Amino acid sequence: MSEAQSNSTTEKCIEIRNMNKWYGDFHVLKNINLEVCKGEKIVICGPSGSGKSTMIRCINRLEEHQQGDIIVDGTELTNDLKNIDAVRREVGMVFQHFNLFPHLTVLENCTLAPIWVRKTPKAEAEKTAMEFLERVKIPEQANKYPGQLSGGQQQRVAIARSLCMRPNIMLFDEPTSALDPEMIKEVLDTMVSLAEEGITMLCVTHEMGFAKKVADRVIFMDGGEIIESNTPHEFFDNPQHDRTKLFLSQILGH
Amino acid sequence: MTEQTYAPGTYPDLPPPSDTVGPIHWLKVNLFSSPINSIVTLVAMYLLYLSLPSAISWLFIDATYVGETRKDCAPEGACMAFIGERFNLFVYGFYPAELRWRINLAAILLVVAGAAVLWDKMPARKHMIKFAMVYPLIGAWLLSGGFFGLEHVGTHLFGGLMLTLTIGVTGIVFSLPLGILLALGRQSKLPIIKYFCIGFIEFIRGVPLITLLFVASTMLSYFLPPGTTFDLLLRVLIMVTLFASAYMAEVIRGGLQALPKGQLEAADSLGLNYGQAMRLIILPQALKISIPGIVNTFIGLYKDSTLVIVIGLLDPLGIGRASVADTAWLGLSTEVYLFVAVFFFISCFGMARYSLYLENKLNTGHKR
Ligand SMILES: Nc1ncnc2c1ncn2[C@@H]1O[C@H](COP(=O)(O)OP(=O)(O)OP(=O)(O)O)[C@@H](O)[C@H]1O
Ligand SMILES: [Mg+2]
Repeated sequence: MSEAQSNSTTEKCIEIRNMNKWYGDFHVLKNINLEVCKGEKIVICGPSGSGKSTMIRCINRLEEHQQGDIIVDGTELTNDLKNIDAVRREVGMVFQHFNLFPHLTVLENCTLAPIWVRKTPKAEAEKTAMEFLERVKIPEQANKYPGQLSGGQQQRVAIARSLCMRPNIMLFDEPTSALDPEMIKEVLDTMVSLAEEGITMLCVTHEMGFAKKVADRVIFMDGGEIIESNTPHEFFDNPQHDRTKLFLSQILGH
Repeated sequence: MTEQTYAPGTYPDLPPPSDTVGPIHWLKVNLFSSPINSIVTLVAMYLLYLSLPSAISWLFIDATYVGETRKDCAPEGACMAFIGERFNLFVYGFYPAELRWRINLAAILLVVAGAAVLWDKMPARKHMIKFAMVYPLIGAWLLSGGFFGLEHVGTHLFGGLMLTLTIGVTGIVFSLPLGILLALGRQSKLPIIKYFCIGFIEFIRGVPLITLLFVASTMLSYFLPPGTTFDLLLRVLIMVTLFASAYMAEVIRGGLQALPKGQLEAADSLGLNYGQAMRLIILPQALKISIPGIVNTFIGLYKDSTLVIVIGLLDPLGIGRASVADTAWLGLSTEVYLFVAVFFFISCFGMARYSLYLENKLNTGHKR
């Protein structure tokens, strides 16, 4: 198991209690209960349409839930914009399609939020941004525009952009599934090194190698429910539910 | 030709083959690339041969550029002397001659303010932008006066080119921000704002500008408290601005919709509030996409300013029409309308070129 787990305190970082969400009449998330401790790494998997994205997007309120409670770092997510902004400042998110700002340079992408949200002086924000760009190994691209980078480089910029806000929690929504195979590794390596530093991570991914390597817990979702939640070891070697077994056989089958 | 061989790594930069450069090549590619293309070229050349010499001699060789009356003009050429004679009228309208320096000054300041906004290498641009922000007030003060020692000049004396520029610049300056607000309002989650914006846009778009101008010139006084006077030109400016802003809103909405949803999500996830997300992320991109449509709307607005003729304001076209009726200079409509057409063409073509320049400048290569 990763080192972070042994260090992790029992302090709760994210608490989701009896959370339900509907899109119109469609019940996407059904009675979700999830507690994440500080420093924990969680990998979420499940078939397409099972509600994985919707669930992690509820954590920073990109989606609104209709029932139940979500408490992030002690702040409850309600309609109160102040709470929402407070949570978003502490929670970073990396998207499947990067969502970099194409009209800004890589460096400006990274300094924008610290300057405008955290009110960091520009020089300091740039210094921090360069440190994180170095961490994701692309400092030399700082003055290029996102459109001039490869997919893997863009995703690493997106990771750096989130880190520049110094979040306590990072959410990843299939960060590698829009990438060519040779670029997946560079992004996963970045994420592994991030995990080793003890940040709390929730990651929707089908990269089972990554899950085995860094996850403290693997969560399997299907039909809007959390079906199974277990350590990677148990999850892969001894799945409890038939649906989990079926899913694993499909995903590991090829 | 002999094939020359080079050791690896020493291959020199060679000039391109001679049949892919030069004027002959250009002719081949652009004018005679196919039989049909060649025929079109020949026909076009023949038409030019028929029309160009007579047009040139009419406009330049046989034309009269100086003269006092119609009799000074050679009958077979253009009588441009007339334009010269009426030039001040075309430019300044009926503005008192001794106060025309105010228009000139306003025009010079307009160029300075415009350069600050449009040209990003302007020296001391930050301060100049501040100046540009207050320019509309300064310009209005210079033109109509009435405060701080400037004699008041009634807007009924406005006319000609300065009237066109007044309407055009006011419309452009105010319709863009108003259009942005309407476009954002139309997407609002608050029903009141949303339906107000939709109603406003659809109403304004559904009514011809001429109707709005008539409303401005006559009916508005019914809606206002009795006894209030409200300058006619000001009413026209408001109507023209509202009219253009409705179109602007739709153009910008197109730009907003072209942006992937992920842009706003990324901005949200970084903790930017609504205002910051719009100002820093969404609008810069949406407006960039909308540049051709925005400039199109500007050009339309600028040319539509000629419609003020119908409520008795005389823009260059109106002055041109009045001049054509002058008995001392009968039969000169071609010259007058040519002059007006050239004036409008130059301004509109300028705007179109600027829009292209801007699109190229803002292109950050993300369309790979
Ligand atoms: N805005 C929306 N309106 C209505 N239904 C939606 C909306 N977004 C998602 N859904 C539906 O909700 C369900 C869950 O979607 P979600 O994106 O969370 O799935 P996912 O597990 O992330 O799938 P994938 O692996 O394909 O990304 C899907 O059936 C989807 O069709
Ligand atoms: Mg998804």
